[in-house]
This record gives sequence, structure tokens and C-alpha cells, in this order.
Amino acid sequence: MTSGLKALGLKAISIVAAAALMAAAPARAQQGEIRVGEINSYSTLPGFTDPYRKGMELALKEINDAGGIRGQKLVVISKDDAGKPGDALTAANELVSRDRVALLAGGFLSNVGLALSDFAKQKKVLYLASEPLTDALVWSKGNDYTFRLRTSNYMQAAMLAEEAARLPAKRWATVAPNYEYGQSFVAVFRELLTKKRPDVEFVAEQWPPLGKIDAGPVLQAIDAAKPDAILNATFAADLVKFVREGNTRGVFKNRAVVSYLTGEPEYLDPLKDETPEGWIVTGYPWYGIDTPEHKAFLDAYRALHNDYPRLGSIIGYSTVRSVAALLERATDTSTEALIEAAKNLEVNTPFGPIVYRAGDHQSTLGAYVGRTGIVDGKGVMVDFAFRKGADYLPPEEEAAKLRPRN
Amino acid sequence: MDIILAQASFVFIQALGGLASAASLFLVASGLSIIFGVTRITNFAHGAFYMLGAYVAFTLTDRFGGAFGFWGSLLLAALIVAALGALMEMALLRRIYHVPELFQLLATFGVTLMVQDLVVMAWGPDDLMGPRAPGFRGAVEILGHRVPSYDFLLMALGPAVLGLLWLLFHRTRWGVLVRAATQDRDMVAALGVNQKWLFTSVFALGIFLAALGGALQIPRTTVTHGMDLSILVEAFVVVVIGGLGSVTGAFLAAVLVSELNAFGILLLPKISLVLVFLVMAVVLVLRPWGLLGKPFTAARQAAGISVRPWQPFSPAERALAAGAILAASALPFLVGDYGLTVGSEICIFVLFAASLHFIMTVGGLDSFGHAAYFGLGAYGAAFLTVLAGLPMEAALIAGPLLALAGAALFGWFSVRLSGVYFAMLTLAFAQITWSIAFQWVEVTGGDNGMLGVWPADWAAGARGFYWLSLGVAVAGVAALRALVFSPFGYALRAARDSALRAEAIGLDRARLQWLAFIVAGTFAGLAGALQAFLKGSVFPDFLGIPVSVDGLVMVLLGGVETVSGAVAGAVVYKALAIWLMSRTDLSRLVLGSAIVAIVLLFPRGIVGFVEDARDRYLPALLRGRGRSSGRETAP
Repeated sequence: MTSGLKALGLKAISIVAAAALMAAAPARAQQGEIRVGEINSYSTLPGFTDPYRKGMELALKEINDAGGIRGQKLVVISKDDAGKPGDALTAANELVSRDRVALLAGGFLSNVGLALSDFAKQKKVLYLASEPLTDALVWSKGNDYTFRLRTSNYMQAAMLAEEAARLPAKRWATVAPNYEYGQSFVAVFRELLTKKRPDVEFVAEQWPPLGKIDAGPVLQAIDAAKPDAILNATFAADLVKFVREGNTRGVFKNRAVVSYLTGEPEYLDPLKDETPEGWIVTGYPWYGIDTPEHKAFLDAYRALHNDYPRLGSIIGYSTVRSVAALLERATDTSTEALIEAAKNLEVNTPFGPIVYRAGDHQSTLGAYVGRTGIVDGKGVMVDFAFRKGADYLPPEEEAAKLRPRN
Repeated sequence: MDIILAQASFVFIQALGGLASAASLFLVASGLSIIFGVTRITNFAHGAFYMLGAYVAFTLTDRFGGAFGFWGSLLLAALIVAALGALMEMALLRRIYHVPELFQLLATFGVTLMVQDLVVMAWGPDDLMGPRAPGFRGAVEILGHRVPSYDFLLMALGPAVLGLLWLLFHRTRWGVLVRAATQDRDMVAALGVNQKWLFTSVFALGIFLAALGGALQIPRTTVTHGMDLSILVEAFVVVVIGGLGSVTGAFLAAVLVSELNAFGILLLPKISLVLVFLVMAVVLVLRPWGLLGKPFTAARQAAGISVRPWQPFSPAERALAAGAILAASALPFLVGDYGLTVGSEICIFVLFAASLHFIMTVGGLDSFGHAAYFGLGAYGAAFLTVLAGLPMEAALIAGPLLALAGAALFGWFSVRLSGVYFAMLTLAFAQITWSIAFQWVEVTGGDNGMLGVWPADWAAGARGFYWLSLGVAVAGVAALRALVFSPFGYALRAARDSALRAEAIGLDRARLQWLAFIVAGTFAGLAGALQAFLKGSVFPDFLGIPVSVDGLVMVLLGGVETVSGAVAGAVVYKALAIWLMSRTDLSRLVLGSAIVAIVLLFPRGIVGFVEDARDRYLPALLRGRGRSSGRETAP
């Protein structure tokens, strides 16, 4: 080995060692604190998890500044799942058996959410799913231990189908990423729209792989079917390709477009002045919500982080708020007590009060539905209105029947 | 659909769309092809440089407006990134050209991991949208359809780059040397050509093309930190379909894949997921060297393997191994439940890595798709538990049979090929298997996976499951070791070292390797079945490329030229990965740096390094003791 190589090797080792030291120190049990485990795709989906973490930080600060939970400090221990269910389970295990957390929260991807939910059932811990959208989480694969915060696929599909039914369009084409999120969203939307409008027909469908849309051929294929309206469920980089290519090719001209999640700042902001106008979307118009609870949140968030919130911030903030309300309400931190406390739990969020329904463990968090527009070269939501989650869920007794008996 | 297809104008427009996609793909693939052809480096960092090209171009175009600023920025970005690539070649790869070829894959993999975290640190987590190309914002109306004018630019650029590369390779002295090196680099070196600079310049050119490919994407999409992986595998596939080292082949393959995709989605809208891999499998089965590739003379066998013949454990080593196993089985008395689940996972990956190690070092076949058998074993166990209601014990035994069947089927096709073509065919089969698990929602649950695969009561506790995993892993590794020193193992090694001579003495190379493939696949399946019960669920990503890559990294870390190096590699890599992920969100940066450091410090792997040290520093003392009986004669 040459000395140069040795020197380089030593340098490399010192860099690695320094980086390892910089990493957070392991959590130690301390008197007077309640620990909650939290898992999300920090390394692979920073676009969502970065504002999400900032939202959590704000809620934690507010809660602990106000004296914590019955005098105990609320501590959230966050772990990365690298976007893989298997790694999420390793993290969950560490949180439950080593860090002895009272409950688990978090998750972005639906399959991570389902894996954690099954883990929760097996290990008998409560899991509060924050973001996963799949309906299976609370319905077909629901269990006693899992509750979900986010406005689900079904709820948002119902909100958009209601808008879509008012359009004159009869021929619909759909584009969605080829995995469970896209498949189940399109299926629910089709079902709900057809129920309201038996005269519509679906004339084309495209299923590009997530993150790999070949936008030109996909749009051309849709255009060839001559639909009156298009339903889109692609997001992030796929959405940008879809919009740019579609604008240039004129595919959206004289066609209505209903687009899922596109109004969320995470996905709308990158589009800048190329934002298509008049699309019907769900999202989060933080710049135009004037309810007192949102205003308070917005001011506090900007003061703490010097940045505007994304939808991830709302989810992170509301997750911690839900956890705090849950711990306040429960008689102790045993799983049975927590489950009892989570049923019909009321929480105040920046979107207003929500309830975790006892029947299917879904929260009634709503969403904003509006149209896209451009103001000062930036994509925004206009003509938006808040839709209450409770209005777009099946009644509790009916929803309870969708869950497996166990 | 028939009516649509009948419209000639639509077909024409759809074909144009395919051509534009082909051009982007070709730029990246051509660079990869050139690099591989000359240096034989499986450059995992190619996607990272593609991504860096896009990020740097974004920053530059943001600063320099106007048409000149825009196009200049793209070119400048590609040049800057090419310089970075050359730097990496000189600082890192140059030091490891003498070790087995796949080790460079490990080094570039480490760099890829680092870059993924570094771009987020440098450019932030948000998706970035660059400007549209000046002069190419609009569309051209053809036959009543609007086609983006930028597409025409890309369509022209593809053949133009192909033409320029052809001129470069056929009309310059440098090009002649590159082509000569592609055919026989040892001969070129023997003729007195300075290989160092030839390699560096070729590497820089390849990276330039990748970065340019990335930079050219900014008018079409956003720049994100995930764009490296989405292009890398496809570029590899295109290179292999076209034939290694053939730039024209890469062009043809890019056109073929893109056009099949453009028309495939009309009939089967979900086909994009698996199309490139289907095409690759079909092409390789029909044409084992790709469309335009030629059977290349394998680089002359590195002397490494024959330097230190493999030997069974000496009594002292056996005692050491027994001690290590004993210590491992005492773990439940030292650590808590979490430590034990991590321990179980490490045991499982020890077995997985050992099975891959078996096919790679004993069989001499580098598999890039070993996750297929790991995943098949896991799904096999899940089917039996969830759908058939069998107990864990039965599922553990019968589950791996699915992996065996898969290995028997895929192996039969794969062992007809060799070298990188073999590796890529195994990758194709693995991806096809993955897409079946992903797409067949009614049976496999799609990406939501199969839940509720929990172990039997006696193994439900962390201790019980740890002992189970440890027992299975020890037995599996011991069985694989025994095979290495069995007549079958010797025959396999003969076929590996010289297929010609082995066949001359009556060994059936293809059959031997096929059997080895099945053995390796079955043991991987056993590991997968255990993993299903450890996690309580099975997901398509058990079959995914990252698992295959993890396996490769473990084998390479341990040392390719050792008998059981994979065991050490798996323990170190898995423990480090889990620990880092729990401690930091920058686990990829740290892990990548660790891999690069290990590559530089222990270029023969961890176990290879230990063996080197042993042979160098421990005098004849150890060798004299009872080792003569098991010793091979060096060739």
C-alpha cells in the first residue's frame, strides 16, 4: 500500500467517523417524558418529509412550551424508512422494544403504512398513520390498533367526482401511476362518478410507472381517444413532464382536467408559470385560507421556520397534535387505554376540528378543492372551498362493515 | 384500438414520440457503453453523473439567461461534470484496476450513494424546474397533431452524436486506440500505449455524454434527487441489448425499446413497467451477445484466484469458527429484543450473501438478479401461510421450493451466457418476476404486499426467532462450504477456470453451472422465507434491484476470492446499514463513504485482507500444523 493511499484512506475514515458522530445520539429513558415513535421516508422523499418534520417541530414546541402532557415532556423519536416497508419494520421494532415508545406514528407510502399497521396489530401497539392514502388501511385491511389522519383516497376521489359530475364531459380518459395509490384512486373515482352520471364512459387509460412517465407517447395515446375530460393522478416529476408535454402538444386545450393532489404546494410550486389554468384539483392554498386557526398556524410556522408551509407541514403538525390530544385523553399509556381514547377523539388542526371515527378509525380531516391559476408567474389555487371530510365518508356503520372481523 | 392504429397519421406521430425518447436514452447509454467497452467498469455511478449534469445545468441556466446562456450552460454543465468524472476515475478507480472487475462496481456504488445525499444537501429537497429551451418552446403542427419542437431537436441530436462518435472512433488515432482496447486491452497495453490516460479520457467522454443527457432533460421535466436510479438501469439494459461496446447497437436498442414502449402502451397500458426487461430477455435468449455485439475475448484471468488456493478450515480455524458460532448463539443473553431482531436479519442476509457468493466465486457467474430467488422464497412462504394456512415449519421448508423452481427455469436460459450478458439476463428475469409480484394484485396484493406472515408461537419471540435464523444460517453456510470442497465443487471450479479444458475431460459445463444456479437460488429462497416471517409480511421490493445490489455489495466487501468472505461482508454491511439508518437521515452519505474507504483500504475485501495479513505476518507456524492433508496443489 502506498503512503498516499494510506493518507487518503485515513482521511476517508475520519470523514465517516465525523459524520457518524454528528448523527443523533440514541434516545435515553428519562423521567418525566412521554416518548412517541415516528417513522417516515426522510432520506428518499425529502420534498414531503422536510416540511412535515418542520410541522412536527412547531407542534412539539407549542405543546411543551405549554407544559407538555400533564406535566410530562412530549418527545418524538423519528426514524427513516428509506421508502421500504422492510426497513420501516426494523425501525418500528427499535422504537417499540428498545426506545419503549408509547405509540407509533408516521408513514408516507401506502405499503409502509400497511406494513406498520400489521406490525402494530402483531405487537399490540397503537399506530397513528399520518399520510398513507390507501383505503385498505382503515377498511379492507383495517385493524383495532391502526388509526389514520390524512384525507383518504376515497374521500378525495369523492370530492373530485362531485365536481366532475357537474361538468358536461361524457368521455373520460385516466392517467395514474402504476401502483396501488393510482389504481385504487382511479377505481373509486370511476365508481363514484358513474353512480352520479350513468352516461359517462371511460375511453382510455394510461398507467405509466411511477417516476418514469414517457409523457409524449402517453399524452398522444390519450389525445387519440378524443376524451372530453382527463383524470390525472400523477404527481411530482411525472406531473411536471405531463403538464409541460401536454401544454406544448395542446392536449389540454378545450378539455376539462381533474387532477388529484396537484394543488398541494409540493407539486404545484415547481410548475411555476407553466401551471395549467382551470384544472380542478385538491390541495392546500395556504396563501388564501383566512380561518383563525389556520392564521395562527401560519404565523407561528413562518416565525419558527422562516418558510411557508406545505401540505406536509399540516400533516406533521396535525399528527403531533393528534398524538398529544390522544395522550391527554387516555387514562394511562397502555395500548388498551390509548385505543379507547383514540375512538371519537377530537383534535383541533389548522384545517379546523377533526374526529377520529370509532367505526372505521378514519379521521374526518377535510381538503381544499379548487381550480388552478397563475398569479405573478406562480401556480396557485383559485375559487377554492374547504370540503369537510365527514361529508365524503360513508356512514360509520357502513364503513365498519368494510373492515375484517377479528 | 384497431381504428386508432389504422390512422396512419397517429402512428407516425406516436413513432416520433418514441424517437424523441430514444434520443435521451441513447445519450446516456452511449456513454455507459463506451466506458464499459474499454475499461470493463460496470459504472454504477453513471446515473449519478446524469443527475449531476441536470442539477449543474439548472444552476447555470438560472444564472445565465438568453439563448447563448442557455445552450452554453448545458455544454458547460456537461464539461464540469465530465471533469468530476475524470477526477473520480483518477482518485478512485485507478487504484483498483488490478483487483477483480466487479470491485469497481462496488466503488461506483458507494459514490452513487454519496451523491444522492449530497445533491439534497446542495440543492435542497424540492423538485426544481428549469427553463424551457430558447427557440424550442413551441410545437410544430404535423398532420393535425402538435409535436414539441424540442422533440425534433432531440431526434436530430441522437443520430448526430452517433455520427460524431463514429468519426471520433474511426478517424482519430485516439479512436483507433479505444477500439483496440475494447477488443483486447492487454494487447494494447503490451504495445506500449499508456492505458492510464486512455482510460481516464474514455471515462471522461462517457461521463460527458451522461451529463449532457441529464442537462438536456431540464426543459422537459424537473430536476430531482431520484432521477439517477430511474435512468441507470434502463441505460444498462439498452447497452446490453445493443451489444457491449457497440455504440451503434446502443442506438438501435434505444430506438427499439422506445418504439416498442410508445406502441405497447396503446394495447397494454401497464406494459412500461417491465417492457425493457422483457425485450432484453428475449434478445439475450435469441442473440447471446446483443444485437450488434461480438463475443469478446474475456479479459485474461486475473492471477488472484490461483495465488492462494482454497482450503477447508484447519483445526485452529475450525475452533475459531465454532467459537464465533457459540458467541453468536449467546447473543440473546447479552442484548434486548431489538438487538435480536437485527441479529436475525443479519443471519438471514449472511445466508443470502453466502448463496450469491457460491454462484459468483465457485460458479464464476456474477448474478445481478439474485433477489429474484430471495423474493420467490419469501412469496412461497407467504402463499403457503396466508393462502393455504400451513404452519411456519412447513412454509419454511416448502416456500423455498418456489425459488428452486424459479432458479431452475431462469438458470436454464442464463447459463448459456457468460460474463456481463449472464449478469444482465439474471437481472432481466429478476425484474420480470418483480413486475409479476407488483402487477398481479389479486394474488400477491401488488405493492401493498402480503401481510400477516407471522411465525409460529415458539419462534414468535425475538430469542426464538434469532436462534432459528442463526441455526438455519449456520447450517446453510456449512452446507455451501461442504459443496465447495465436494467433487461437485471441484468440477464447478474447473468449469469456471477453463471451460474448454473442463469440457475436454468430460465435464458438462452448462449442466454443472445450472445445478450450481439452482443450489444458490434455493438457499437464497430459504433466506427469503425466513425474512418473510421476520417481517411478518412480503413486498415486491424483496425481489427488487436494491436487494440484488445489497447482496453483491456484501459479497464484494467480504472478498470475492475467499471461500466464505460473504459472511463477513454481510455482517459488516447489514449491521452498518441498519445502525446508520437508525442514527441519521444521511445514512447513504456515510454508508457510501464507508464503502469507498473499504474499497481503497481493503481492495481484496475484508476477509481477503485478513487472509493477506495472515499469510504475510503469521509465519510458517500455522501452516505447518495439520494443513497438508487438505491442501490443494497450486496450478
